[in-house]
Amino acid sequence: MQRDPPSSQVKIRRFRLNGRMRDVLVADSTLLVETLRETFGLTGTKQGCDGGECGACTVLIDGKPRLACLTRTEECEGRDVETIEGLAKNGRMSRLQRAFHERLGTQCGYCTPGMIMAAEGLLRRNPMPDAAAIRAALAGNLCRCTGYVKIIEAVEEAARQAP
Amino acid sequence: MLQNRRAVVGQPTPLIDGIEKVTGTAKYTADLPIADALIGRILRSPVSHARILRIDTAAARALPGVRAVVTGEDCAQTYGVLPIAMNEYPLARERVRYRGEPLAAVAAVDAETAAAALALIRCEFEILPAYETAAAALAPDAIPLHPDKPGNIERAVHHRFGDVDAGFAQADLVREHVYRCAEVAHAQMERNAALVEYDPARDSLTIWSTTQVPYYVHLMLARCLEMEASRIRVVKPFVGGGFGARVETLNFEIIAALLARAAGGKVFLPLSREESFLTHRGRPETEIRLKLGMTRAGRLTACACEVVQRGGAYAGYGIVTILYAGALLQGLYQLPAVAYDGLRVYTNTPPCGAMRGHGSVDVRFAFEALLDRMARELGLDPFAVRRANLLTAPCETLNGLRVESYGLGECLDRVEEASGWRQRRGRLGHGRGLGMACSHYVSGAAKPIHWTGEPHAVVHLRLDFDGGVTLLTGAADIGQGSSTVMAEIAAEMLGIRLDRVRVVAADSALTPKDNGSYSSRVTFMVGNATIDAARALLARLTAAAAERLGVPETAVQCENETFFAAGNDGPGLAFAEVVRAALAREGGAITVKGTFTCPVAFQGGKHKGGAVGATMGFSYAAQVVEVAVDDETGLVTVENVWVAQDCGFAINPLAVEGQIQGAVLMGMGQALGEETRYEKGLAVHTSFLDYRVPTIGESPPISVHIVESVDPNGPFGAKEASEGALASFPPALVNAIADALGLEIDTLPVTPDRVLDALARRRRAQRLAQALEEAL
Repeated sequence: MQRDPPSSQVKIRRFRLNGRMRDVLVADSTLLVETLRETFGLTGTKQGCDGGECGACTVLIDGKPRLACLTRTEECEGRDVETIEGLAKNGRMSRLQRAFHERLGTQCGYCTPGMIMAAEGLLRRNPMPDAAAIRAALAGNLCRCTGYVKIIEAVEEAARQAP
Repeated sequence: MLQNRRAVVGQPTPLIDGIEKVTGTAKYTADLPIADALIGRILRSPVSHARILRIDTAAARALPGVRAVVTGEDCAQTYGVLPIAMNEYPLARERVRYRGEPLAAVAAVDAETAAAALALIRCEFEILPAYETAAAALAPDAIPLHPDKPGNIERAVHHRFGDVDAGFAQADLVREHVYRCAEVAHAQMERNAALVEYDPARDSLTIWSTTQVPYYVHLMLARCLEMEASRIRVVKPFVGGGFGARVETLNFEIIAALLARAAGGKVFLPLSREESFLTHRGRPETEIRLKLGMTRAGRLTACACEVVQRGGAYAGYGIVTILYAGALLQGLYQLPAVAYDGLRVYTNTPPCGAMRGHGSVDVRFAFEALLDRMARELGLDPFAVRRANLLTAPCETLNGLRVESYGLGECLDRVEEASGWRQRRGRLGHGRGLGMACSHYVSGAAKPIHWTGEPHAVVHLRLDFDGGVTLLTGAADIGQGSSTVMAEIAAEMLGIRLDRVRVVAADSALTPKDNGSYSSRVTFMVGNATIDAARALLARLTAAAAERLGVPETAVQCENETFFAAGNDGPGLAFAEVVRAALAREGGAITVKGTFTCPVAFQGGKHKGGAVGATMGFSYAAQVVEVAVDDETGLVTVENVWVAQDCGFAINPLAVEGQIQGAVLMGMGQALGEETRYEKGLAVHTSFLDYRVPTIGESPPISVHIVESVDPNGPFGAKEASEGALASFPPALVNAIADALGLEIDTLPVTPDRVLDALARRRRAQRLAQALEEAL
């Protein structure tokens, strides 16, 4: 009964992860969140629910916010996957990370990686979103600590700091 | 003196562990190295109430890959948070009392094997009648869930203060009304999990867990595993929220330890979201019958309140919750007479516990809603009614609660002004309204649950050759920012940069014991202990500096990391120089201790249960809520919130704002949509699709006004800032709906269905009245 899926279901998948081409051996059913956390040790991507309800596992796939707990790793073949660990460049926090930190868009921090990745996806398609656009874009990401006010302020601040 | 020096405290300060959170490097329990750990899973009861006839684990034990199976047979010790009410086993023994209660657990080489093993465990039950509601459990023919609690009454409280009958006789208006509040859950974003490493050679274990109370976990592991406490190490990693869900030892923590010991190794026990909901400890379903007497001028003359709480299957904090509900009727307004009758009832539902605003929220909802109802009847403004009943600090309430600082009046002024109450109320158009309410909460329970004779808080400060100050505290930062507050206080007191202080928190091998992060005690108590420790360290540094400067110690001052002699223009001594001098003088690294204890005078009234509610400092809050109600769909939209809180002094104003905004939104969740539901004992709310916490989509702007009454006993005058504002949201919302549509809502949550029902009831009443009029 130990995990031992038939080898026919296990394939090497190649995709870009935080800017690096990676090969990974996965079963068809393996979820991206498992691959990120267990194979690559990228535990910044969180799981707060039993599937598709909380947004904590939000990553970017080809620049668009996607739930890693509802995405099979094999679907990422040939695509570009970005996680919270890939946002800081050369040890410098991204504008969203800095704004979330300085404006207290994070309290317990558990929703934060997913929230920041969803916001990153928003800013890439809409560089100057108003509060309504921010609310719409982040409505799939639950936070129980902040009351969301400082999350909105952090995204607005990051937008003002456009590179 | 403390108030004059504000280089660090009082400044908006990002969390000292915030960078880890935004970069994804913060390690929560599930992020720790678990590749080599066995995976634990729990078998949960499929029935609500039964005698356990047999649990057969033979087939599960025989399954390849299974390394340990434990049942109630493996732990004969009860656990619980109150020494007087420990009636829960980590795994049910003989009897199971709620659907979802742990029956057995397995540790296996992977999750699939563990799940397969659970499926092989056979259980036989003799089904007993199950009681899902307080009324059913209280019925005369109901069998007791616990043999020592006949009638399923966990605790009945009957308190009388002042002459209640005389008070009602003096009133110009007496009104009595029943309010109902659904059970709600904390829904902290991180699912429960524990990692336990057992060392069979040494018979010692280390647990990393999602807890707010590492010390209580330590105590209960020692008790249930019958191990010497010194062989146990409890570590709290980053924790993804708590809100009270984690203020007592929870069954999964003990189960993980039992599994690790049985397997002789390392076990990771992650709970699903569904299981995290089942572990529960939320705010109980509550019915409040409230009667108030009021003069024409709005002065309260008497209060009589009956509360019934559906407590769930085990004690938990239940006795404290039912006592809080009565005690915190007082301490907010002047009340000349109070009668309180509370019933905490055992039912066959998951155990309730402490949740943000513990015990006070539902009763405050009833109180503030009835206050507004009576104000309307008397033609009084809601603000005027509150102002007519303000306390004057310092004072002591009838039940022995001491109020040393009281900023409620200023809170009222601030939100009245900011919301444009006088100009805007009644002029917002159809379906729109403004409502307000007030609330308060304790800054730490003044009497600890475990009376050990020790101080209520202990902090160590350590200084070594590198010139870094290490602050060691058992206080659990669960996202509220307590580590940041302690670092700020230490830096302020020592006159050093914030980044010179590093905080090591909540590791029993390193840090002094702390009772835990609950009752908003940490800033007040651990903050005061930090001040005490910093004073001790400063004295040692000052002695060394005085020697080097050749002046008496009393002449030495320290600012901006420089020690200098008062009135002397010399360059002074840099902090690093003074550290070197102090280490040479003291013979190496310096560790000092600071403590804090709430004096007995603050520990509450002499009546039974009088310690609950007692605190050294109450926070006060007032808020105004603006709503739009769609009378076609019943949908209530919160357009704006203005909230003022007297937190004494905001050590970190950024975090105070964030805490208040979070508390308000949690209040909004309870007010508008959150509700646990059970169908034949089965919890049917156990996902975020079925248990609807507010999203950012419906989140309103929340404008925070910090009021600083500077409490005489708080650190720098600070009081709590995390809980007090929650309880005034639900009544302010209901009062706003009354303003918008003239509808009286008395049940939480205010779902669209309930609004439509209330509208339909009113239309029927109006038609009936019209028909009667025509008939006459």
